[in-house]
Amino acid sequence: MLADAREAWLGAQQAGWGDPARLHRRGRLAAQALDQAREVVAAAVGARPDEVIFTASGVHASQAAVHGLALGRRRVGSRIVTTAIDHSSVLATAAAAGVHDVVPVDHEGHVDLEQWDVAVGSTGTVAACIQVANHEVGTLQPYAEAAGICQRLEVPLVLDATSALGRTDLSDAAGWSVLTAWAGAFGGPASVGILVIRKHVRWRAPYPTDDYQGGRWPGVPDVPAIYAAAVALDCWLRDGPAVVKRQYDLVDQLRAGIVAHVPDVDVAGDPVRRVPHLLTFSALYVDGETLTLELDKAGFAVASGSACSASSEHPSHVLAAMGALTHGNVRIGLTWTTAAAEISQFLSELPPIVARIRATVGAS
Amino acid sequence: MKCPRPIIEVGRRISEVSVGAVLELLADDPAAGPDLAAWCRMRGQTLLASDPPRFLVRRES
Repeated sequence: MLADAREAWLGAQQAGWGDPARLHRRGRLAAQALDQAREVVAAAVGARPDEVIFTASGVHASQAAVHGLALGRRRVGSRIVTTAIDHSSVLATAAAAGVHDVVPVDHEGHVDLEQWDVAVGSTGTVAACIQVANHEVGTLQPYAEAAGICQRLEVPLVLDATSALGRTDLSDAAGWSVLTAWAGAFGGPASVGILVIRKHVRWRAPYPTDDYQGGRWPGVPDVPAIYAAAVALDCWLRDGPAVVKRQYDLVDQLRAGIVAHVPDVDVAGDPVRRVPHLLTFSALYVDGETLTLELDKAGFAVASGSACSASSEHPSHVLAAMGALTHGNVRIGLTWTTAAAEISQFLSELPPIVARIRATVGAS
Repeated sequence: MKCPRPIIEVGRRISEVSVGAVLELLADDPAAGPDLAAWCRMRGQTLLASDPPRFLVRRES
């Protein structure tokens, strides 16, 4: 979590804010902080503050977005269009809430716009879902073009801004009906999801609701966490451009260094049109679990989309859909404070680790 | 056999068949399909058939 966000969180906890729906002073203070947080998010995505809802996680926001549109438009049909590399929560909700239509992506992860047009235009399409940028490989989708197609065909678009919000200017992103994000992705608390539903959109809560957040997400909001999320987002909006530039350049260095120093490596995603902080690569003949643990011993916390190292038996659906190598996979996400020295250290430690693992399994 | 074992075996055995010959792989690992396709792309070999658990690779070089 960003230092400013953590401080704001602790400060808010100490201030003893109450239930924002109550009229007592502590409640009014909480309601005021909640309003401020809505304003920060609304400005960041070009929406109205009363269109902003805070959920308990990014996954909850995605589920509510997709399922709510399917319910709101169930007279139209039940077809839900996604790309092949949307987040698993979007894919699972699309499959559970309707007939799931998957649009393929190319080798770098860009959606096929011609097939997108056909799928969105098919009879009975109630919603289409696309990411601003992919959460594993960082590739920016041509979301403005995809949104334009949805507008022409009058199909509501769910825009998943999780990996992009804060790092990419979305204040004039147009054409979406519902936008989702997650504070954990921009240095806020993991317990805050963001759901923005445009006023005119036919959306119905796919769960029983109460009086909180305009009847769109039930339960007392965790205002200190939400406030901390807004502080984190505000850090990006204020000081982000310099960090974005640094992260973008560091990932360029990483990409070039890995290709130069590790033989038989498959680096995934668009090298240019991408979010600044993500890089994914796979080392041939190496198993992802061993690689992840060896890098952890060397002091680097990385993720992996390989079947043997992830929480599931199956490899990353993102890598598989892109035709990228799925074993020996490492996903790096730079943080606000990642420095050039750490990148150089990673680049000097990675090649011998990969060589050692390959030697153990007798592969070269 | 779990990932990346099937691909390691293919990498090893491909040199045992002559150029133009076909190597057959039987693998129940869910990563075998995508990884064999990626391996063929990286190594300039041809994936003739991908019908899990059976895969056919033609050695091109």
